[in-house]
Amino acid sequence: MFASAIIVFREVLEAALIVGIIAAATRGIPGRNRWLAAGIGAGLAGAALVALGTERIAALASGIGQELFNAAVLGIAVVMLAWHNLWMSSHGATLAAEARGVGSQIRDGRRELSVLLIVVGLAVLREGSETVLFLYGIAAADGGASWPMLAGGLAGIAAGIAVGYTLYAGLLRIPLRWFFTATGVLVLFLAAGMASQAARFLIQADLLPGLATPLWDTSAVLPQASMVGTLLRGLVGYEERPAGMQIVFYVLVFLAIAAGMKWMNTGTPPGHKTAAS
Amino acid sequence: MRRRLFSVAALCGLGLVLSLPAVAADDEFKLVIQDHKFQPTELVVPAGKKVKLVVENRDATPEEFESHALNREKVIAGKSSATILIGPLKAGRYEFVGEYNEKTAKGAIVVK
Repeated sequence: MFASAIIVFREVLEAALIVGIIAAATRGIPGRNRWLAAGIGAGLAGAALVALGTERIAALASGIGQELFNAAVLGIAVVMLAWHNLWMSSHGATLAAEARGVGSQIRDGRRELSVLLIVVGLAVLREGSETVLFLYGIAAADGGASWPMLAGGLAGIAAGIAVGYTLYAGLLRIPLRWFFTATGVLVLFLAAGMASQAARFLIQADLLPGLATPLWDTSAVLPQASMVGTLLRGLVGYEERPAGMQIVFYVLVFLAIAAGMKWMNTGTPPGHKTAAS
Repeated sequence: MRRRLFSVAALCGLGLVLSLPAVAADDEFKLVIQDHKFQPTELVVPAGKKVKLVVENRDATPEEFESHALNREKVIAGKSSATILIGPLKAGRYEFVGEYNEKTAKGAIVVK
């Protein structure tokens, strides 16, 4: 039971951290909760479909369908997170002002919300499909379903969601002056980590060279499967033995988004800038 | 801007698919998953070469081949096979597990 709880917890945690950060980062945008719920719902439905189609997806593109699919999902999520951060760089000030009860209506909030829906949906879809497969495996085991294992799985889901919610609640305690800067930085790391994961799948598919494999090995100091390792993996994309190409992706995406945020921010009217920075 | 972004993404995707390399004649090794166990549990492969692992899952339930040491993870549906390219690797022992049945599904690639 404990083993199954841990496995499910690991999968759910990654999605829950992303949802927690995105939920915090979109604080103050009207209608956010409905879009968030829609994203989670769509992600769950998608997860079930992906789990059902595992065999078919895997057989695509002469056997590297699963790698391409994962890389594509991650790639889209990176683009959406980048978009979100650029958008926030020009609207964060207004949002912070609104959260204080002053300021004006945000006009293109709807497009930002659809971006949020996609990111949340994709995160739930990717981690969810593996959870669905795992739970299906337990339920369909020879000799009947193992109820303690299933109960463990449910406990894992609950624990993952609890950690995501704790992160969200914790982020909300950050003073408004720094709030959107903090969530922006978290989203930046999320995007970079996802870019590195996408690179890993492309290396696995043999579409990209690994460069140095591995670039470093910190498995003795900080194992990826440990609690801290798992959290760091979810938050900043930590890996114990990454390929050099993954770090190239990580750094490039990180720098590109950071530069874009800076550029958008300087484009904001000076009156709006003070609250965000 | 969104449309342009989309076309760029589509082009990248197309480029990727078109550039699929014809996989060279890598050395091929076979792993079987049965009753949530790997057979063989140790596989000796040559160092400094790309190696193709063909993993056949004979169980009805899905399994995830996972190895932090090899930096690989791949879900293998029940009653199906998957190919995983690994390496080139330095000599050493690289452990892997079936993530969905970690207690029983354990093995290692031994690179010599």
